[in-house]
Parts: sequence; structure tokens; C-alpha cells
Amino acid sequence: MTKPAAPTAEPFTTVIGLEVHVQLQTKTKLFCGCSTTFGAPPNTQVCPVCLGLPGSLPVMNREAFSLAIKAALALECRIAPFTKWDRKNYFYPDLPKGYQISQFDLPFSSDGWLEVVDPKGAFSRKVGVIRVHLEEDAGKSMHDEAAGTADTRIDLNRAGTPLCEIVSQPDLRSPQEARAWLNELKLLLVYLGVSDCNMQEGSLRVDANVNLHIPRPDGSLAKTPIVEIKNMNSFRSVERALAYETARQYDEWQATGAELGTTPKQTRGWDDPAGVTRAQRHKEESSDYRYFPDPDLVPVTVSEEQIAAAKALMGTPPTVLRTTLAEKWKISAYDADVLVNQGRELVGYFEDVATRVGEGKVASNWLQQDVLRTLNERGETIDEFPIRPDALADLIRRVQNGDFDTSRGREIFAEVLTSGRSVADVVASLGIAAVGQDELIALCKELIAANPKIVADVQGGKEQAAAGLIGQAKKKNPNVNPAKVRQMCVDLIKALELPTRTPEA
Amino acid sequence: MQPAELSAVEIVAAIRQGDMTAVQCTEAFLDRAARLDGSINAFLKIDREGALETAAAIDARRKAGKPLGALAGLPVAVKDALCTRDLPTTCASKMLAGFRPPYDADTVARLRAADAVIVGKTNMDEFAMGGSNENSAFGPVKNPWDLSRAPGGSSGGSAACVAADMAPVAIGSDTGGSIRQPAGLCGITGLKPTYGRVSRRGLVAFASSLDQIGPMARSAADCALVLETIAGHDPRDSTSLTAEVPRYSELLEQPLTGLKIGRVAEHYAEGLDPEVRKGVDEAYAVFEAAGATVHDIELPHAKYGVPTYYLIAPCEASSNLARYDGAHYGHRAEPGTGHQAEPAGGHRAESGSSQHFDSPLVEMYCRSRGEGFGPEVKRRIMLGTYALSAGYYDAYYAKALKVRRLIRQDYLDAFAKVDLIGGPVSATPAFKLGEKTGDPLAMYLVDLYTVATNLAGVGGISFPCGFTRGGLPVGFQLQGPALAEPLLLRATDRFQRLTDWHLRRPKQTA
Ligand SMILES: [Zn+2]
Repeated sequence: MTKPAAPTAEPFTTVIGLEVHVQLQTKTKLFCGCSTTFGAPPNTQVCPVCLGLPGSLPVMNREAFSLAIKAALALECRIAPFTKWDRKNYFYPDLPKGYQISQFDLPFSSDGWLEVVDPKGAFSRKVGVIRVHLEEDAGKSMHDEAAGTADTRIDLNRAGTPLCEIVSQPDLRSPQEARAWLNELKLLLVYLGVSDCNMQEGSLRVDANVNLHIPRPDGSLAKTPIVEIKNMNSFRSVERALAYETARQYDEWQATGAELGTTPKQTRGWDDPAGVTRAQRHKEESSDYRYFPDPDLVPVTVSEEQIAAAKALMGTPPTVLRTTLAEKWKISAYDADVLVNQGRELVGYFEDVATRVGEGKVASNWLQQDVLRTLNERGETIDEFPIRPDALADLIRRVQNGDFDTSRGREIFAEVLTSGRSVADVVASLGIAAVGQDELIALCKELIAANPKIVADVQGGKEQAAAGLIGQAKKKNPNVNPAKVRQMCVDLIKALELPTRTPEA
Repeated sequence: MQPAELSAVEIVAAIRQGDMTAVQCTEAFLDRAARLDGSINAFLKIDREGALETAAAIDARRKAGKPLGALAGLPVAVKDALCTRDLPTTCASKMLAGFRPPYDADTVARLRAADAVIVGKTNMDEFAMGGSNENSAFGPVKNPWDLSRAPGGSSGGSAACVAADMAPVAIGSDTGGSIRQPAGLCGITGLKPTYGRVSRRGLVAFASSLDQIGPMARSAADCALVLETIAGHDPRDSTSLTAEVPRYSELLEQPLTGLKIGRVAEHYAEGLDPEVRKGVDEAYAVFEAAGATVHDIELPHAKYGVPTYYLIAPCEASSNLARYDGAHYGHRAEPGTGHQAEPAGGHRAESGSSQHFDSPLVEMYCRSRGEGFGPEVKRRIMLGTYALSAGYYDAYYAKALKVRRLIRQDYLDAFAKVDLIGGPVSATPAFKLGEKTGDPLAMYLVDLYTVATNLAGVGGISFPCGFTRGGLPVGFQLQGPALAEPLLLRATDRFQRLTDWHLRRPKQTA
């Protein structure tokens, strides 16, 4: 059900494939017992294994393997019954063994897909996943250029952290699609608890491959050389870098006519402040990693039972949740999309509130209009949000009961948020007491008596004239519900007129 | 009582019974080492102080009536390829000169837990690459039977120190024959267990799929005693076997009646020294006298063992040794220009060159590795790097893996017919130091009869079966199926009850 991309002014098709590395959320590293917690002082989370000391041996972390299986299953991949570990050999100071333990020709999973649907209907794209494999991360090199000595400092805390590498097919057709797909992928992996996908902490890294297919007048297709873009630090950078690169490639093609196959694959780095990609040294591309099976590790076999068990524990992925949430709570697909995209915790919050108030739509409105806005302003996550679902539900129920109107409810929401007091407390302290029926009737009678013009208008058929009474009612008693005042006044005026009314027939 | 005249089994019993203290015993061996090792060079480090301290603590515990380990007071020399927490571990390489690992190898930890006394670290071919011990960066080991001859390798120091009674027991490692060949050339008993029987954790890796640690001692009974302690599953070595460890020393009694020993036609190929052949033939006769029968069998792919081994082992080594880059530990070259002449004793490959380096980092790598590794290590790293390179992988490494599978199948087929396979350990007795150093290919052939055991992942034992007229020991090898250590030890023990070759001592070290 892949729809063609919206027609654009561009005289070419953009072809994008992504290579995503995500750090798995395990407590310990892939082949040793060291902690993976981010932010510890340099070289404090290391042991002989991840330091690559002589005689040290790796032992696979089963938890990492299970998480990786979960990710692959969610990406609809085929899980290999037999998989092995390979060594990728190269020299670099942040790679203490001189090789990285990775997977080469027998990755544990392959041939999957992940679909991204734009909620506004701009595109819908089912993107193939070529393979997902597991590997260990390298350490971090910090080049101390300020000192002027070109010193490099190495932190090996990250060395050996489990990484899943996800390689997509070149199925994406625009920078916007690439960004949306990455958002969808991140959402999925975060939902499954596979990774926190925090780009700032390096737990999600993206490289993009891009080239253009340009139709020639004779109907044949010119393909520009594929460029790999690195150093993108946010999904926004990915989108910007791809947009830049697309334009650059078109310009270059017009200038040189260079096509795929005539030049080696180029790597370009994204310079975010400058907003440009820059060519990197070609040398890296020609390296021969001399992959071979790691003799320190035994192959891993995965049975159908293990796959079934992993599936059973997987939880609901976002795509399914969008549909079920919309159906269960009778909210629009758009609303479900907004809620689901905020993450599993927010969906939990929403369902809690909706259950308590017995209605999805009103809960969804409060979440989208009030809660999400407040979270953004305060830079908080839903777990940190001080108004818990029971309190919000209490507030919504009072509005539903007509104790006060929505705008008054918003004032109470704000007060609960800043004071940290309960809804009931705030309602009481603001002097908001539900206006009783007798009180309301007395007030409305008073208003009718004082406003003969409005009464006449209403009697003349202009019911909307009753709205003119609301402001006065609020002055007399700020707690009145405007809708109720209006309705009560109309009812009372109509009752007045009854005795004098002459049947028309 | 002269501890040097006792077997390991007797030493352990004597100390347990109080006939001798651990200190007396340790001191006796240390004194011999102090007296003899100047001419043999079997040790890279003798830890007199540490050993005597351990021995005294064992004596104190015995006196206090506290429980003692299975090897209480037994002096053990450990090949310098095994990590030892408080002793340098160099693999006889300049690259690791002065390196002190922060941990014990699993084998060393098990020895310490059994109250063995680690007396020192033994010399070896650099990173266990070699068959003569001449590749040590710290000088060759001399064969105690003839100091002008090589002890074999790579565990030459371990073999020589047992042969010269500088330790009753030594630990070696065997990647293609490195326990069995020096044991054969030095007239002692050496066991290479089934791959995975002894944990490799803490053994500095040469070729991970082939490396195996094993005991070297006077007799099979002594090897059995030590294997009981060092064998066993290690959850921190993924290739370690989980099978239960039998009480090897209690399984020696059963006679050999009905045992079928295979004799391989390929073992009698050109190059087999007539005196070795004679020793081997006589050994078969001893086994027959003990009730075993000898059967001719075939190992059709055995002839591809050496080329297969010299692809797989260097490939793995080229990757295993990549970590010695000067960046984190080990030898790092001083920052230099890259143009200066090498200091005296430097390696030809580097000297006089005026190389250009891409970056200071690459220069540091090249110079550190150039200075730190000896020529044989460099040769194997280059062989392995080449064989794994794009375009060559299929022709070399992948093909070698296929042949390895065929060799393994040969062994499976053979063990369907016989219980053990006999034969020579090496084609000749100990050769002269320097005799083969100019010819790497001739040196590689010293592993002719031993590499296939490692390729097949099975076990093998080597022990003396005679002497040449010139007084050099001749070794016999038995190979068994996976986990057949009880049978290998029992057959050898039976042989040693019927012969006294293993009790002979070299005159030079009397
Ligand atoms: Zn670690």
C-alpha cells in the first residue's frame, strides 16, 4: 500500500537508505559484566575483557541477544536459526583488541520492514530492512585540539556496549520520509524497551546513503554516485543533510555528469553549523576488514520456541496501538497518532485518565491541549508530570458534571500544577463551589427581571440573545456554569411566556 | 629424602604425611634451579620469595590442622603464556616485557586454590610460535640432555625444567604440538587435553581454536594428578567443555587387555629418523605385551595437516596479536622520525628503512610492533593477514577450514576402528640449536605428527619410549578421541609401569 510520493518540483527521484546503530538497553556489556551506564568518569567501567588485555575472553550476554531478537521481530525480520560472531579487524586506539566483534555473513536476522505513514497523508512508505545484526561498540576518542599537542584521550567505558545495526533498503524517497521513518523506528525501539535511542548520549547513530535517479529526455535513467553521509547528530540534521546533499548531487550532476560506478563510493560528513556536507578522506573506504569467525565464541542457535517466546513477551508495537487506541476510545486516527507518538508512558497516562472519566475524547483533548503543552513548556516527561491521572480525571469529571466550565477548569489545572495541591483543595480555595439548582434559579430570575430587552428578544425567537446574560451572571457569582445559566434563562423566559401564548392554529 | 627424585604424586603424599615440609621441597627445587638454570635458561622468572612464602603458609596451615588443597606444597612451573597476577607475563616477547596482568589465568587460579606452589614462569617461543624455543626474545632454552641442542617448543622451558628436575611439574600450552613435541625431545611426559577441557581464560592467545593448556611432568600418573586440578568448566570461556571431570588418577589401574591401538602408515614417511622408528616400533611391542592389539589404519588427510595448520593458526594469530599496538599497554616505541637506524639487535625489516607514515598514530603502531615482535611472530602475522585478505580468503582460510573438517572426519573414522592412535611425536630427536633457524619451512615440519591433533580438537600425550645411541630421548605419541584423557593416561601409565625410560635423568643436570 505504498503510495507514490507527492509530486514535487524536483526533476529526479531521491533514493535514500539508512544505517542505524542503536545501543541496547542492557545492564551490562555484550561480552563482559561491565556496566553500560552513561556518563561515568572515563575508564571506570572497564575490565580485562573490554580492555582487550592478553588472555581475556568474551562471553555473550544473553539479555542483549534477547533484546536484539525483540527488535528484529518488531521489524518483521526473519530470525536465523544459526548465527555466528565474526571479527572485523582494524587498528584504532579506541578499539583495544584491534578488532570489533560483529556479524558478517550470517547476521542473526534479515529481510524485514517498517512502514511509516504520515498522519496528514503526505506519504506512506513501507521500507525494507536488509538486516539487523549485533556487534560491540568501540570506545570514544576525544581529540584534545585545544592543547595544541594533538593529544587524543581514550575513554573505553563504551567499548563493548551492545549495538544493533539496522540497515534499511534504499526505499526512502525524500529527506522528510527519512526523518519520519527514523522517528517511527525510534518510537518502536523505545516502546519495546530495546533502546532509549538517545542521540545526545550516542545510543542512536545514523548514517545515510543517498543518490539521485534523474530521467533523461530519451527515457533512460541517470544515477548519481552514492554518497554516505556521517556525523548527523539529530533527526533534524539527517533531514537537513539529505536535503543539502540532494541539491548538491543534482548540481554536481549537471556540472560534471558523473554517474554511479564511475567514482568510488564517497563519504561526506555533515557540518551542522555550516549546513553543508564535506568530503571525507577516501582511504577509509578502501579498508579490508579481514572478517573471519571469532574462534573465542560459539555459534548461537535460535529455536522456533525461543522465537515464539520472544514474540509473546514483545508487547504492543506503536502501529498496532494506534489502531486499537482509536477503536477502543473512539478517538480519531490523528489523535491516536499524536498520543502514541509520545511514547508508551503517555499512552498509559491517557488510558488511566480515560478509564476514570469513562470517555476517550475528552481525556485526549485535555492531554493534547493542556498536558502536552505543559510538558513541553516545563521540559518534563509524563512520568515527572506532577498532576497524576487520578487528579486530572477528578478535574475533568467536575467539568463534565457542570461544576464549572472548561476555561475555569484550565485555571484550576494551572493552580494545581503550581501549588501542588489537590483539585478539591484548589476548587475550595478559589471559592468555587458548585452552584445549587435553587441558587441558579434565583440568580436567573433576578437577571430576567433586570433585562426586559433580552427577555423580549428571546421571546421574539432570538434565543442567542440569552448569551447577554452570562456576563452579568458571572459578575454576580463567578462559579456559575455559563451553559447552565444560558439554558436556565431560556427555559425561564419560555415559561414566562406560556400563559400569554396563543395557539396559532 | 631428595625431593627432586620424587614424583609429584610422592611429593604431595610426603608433604601431606609430614615426611617433608612444603618449604623443604620448594627450596630443594629452587636451589636446583638456581644452580642449573644459568646454563639451561628454562625460566624467565624464578619467584623464590613468593614461592617460599606460599610454601611456608601451607606448612603453617598444615600445622594448625587446617584443610589443604589437592596439590598442597607441589612446586609447579608455569609457561609464561599464562597470566599470573603477581608475576610478569611476557610470552617471551619484548612486546610484553614487564607486563603484569591484573588477574590469574583460570589454570593458575585453580593451581593456587589447590595449594600448589608457583615457582616461576618458563621460557618459550615468542607468543608460542615455534618448535625449538629459539624464538624467545630472552634467549633460547637448552636441552638438558645436550646443551647444544634445542628442547623443542614452544613449551621448551616447561619441558626442560621438568627434565632437569628444576620443578616436578610444569604447565604448558599446545597449539600444534607445543606440549608434546618438547616433552618428546626432553624425555618427559606431556598431555595435550581435548580442546576445551582446560579453560583458555588467561592464556595469552596464539590461535584460539587450537590452543589448549596441559600438564607436563615425569609420568602419566603425575599428569593425571595435575589435570584433575586444572581441568573443568569455566563459564568465562565460551569454548570450555561442561563435561564432568573424572578422577584421572583413580582410573589408571585397569589393564590394557583388548585395547586397540592404531598404527598410521603415513607416520612412516620419508624423513623419519631410523632411531626414532626403532623406538616407536618397540613401544608398540610394549603395548602388545600389555594386552593391547595394534591395527594399521589410515588418516588420509594427515598429510595436509601442516599446510592447513600454517594457514589457520597464523590467520587467528594475526587478529589475536592486533591488540599489541602500543596504545594501551606493552611496548610502545618512543616518538621518533621514522628514519633513524634501529638500535643494535633491531629487526632487519625495519632497519635502514626510510618509511613514510600516514600519521603519528600509524607511525607509533608500525614502530611499536616493528620493535616489539620478533621475526617469526611478524612472519606469521603477515601470513595470516595475507590469507584473510579480500580476494585470498576463499583460496586460503576458507579452504583450510574445509580441510580441517576432513581431518576431523579422518579421526572420527579412525576412532570407530581403534581406541587410540600411536606413532612418533617428531621425526627426529632433539636437533642442534641454530640447525633450522635459517629455514622456516624445515622448522614448520617439526610439527608434522602433532598438528592434526589440534586441528581435530582431540587429545594427545607424548612420553619417552627409548633413547638414541647418542643419548637423546625418543618420544611416542598416543592420540585419543574427544575426552579420552582417562584412556590416554591409563595407557601411558601402563607403559611406564613396564618401562623405565621416563625415570632416566640427564647426566649434565645430576
Ligand atoms: Zn568489561
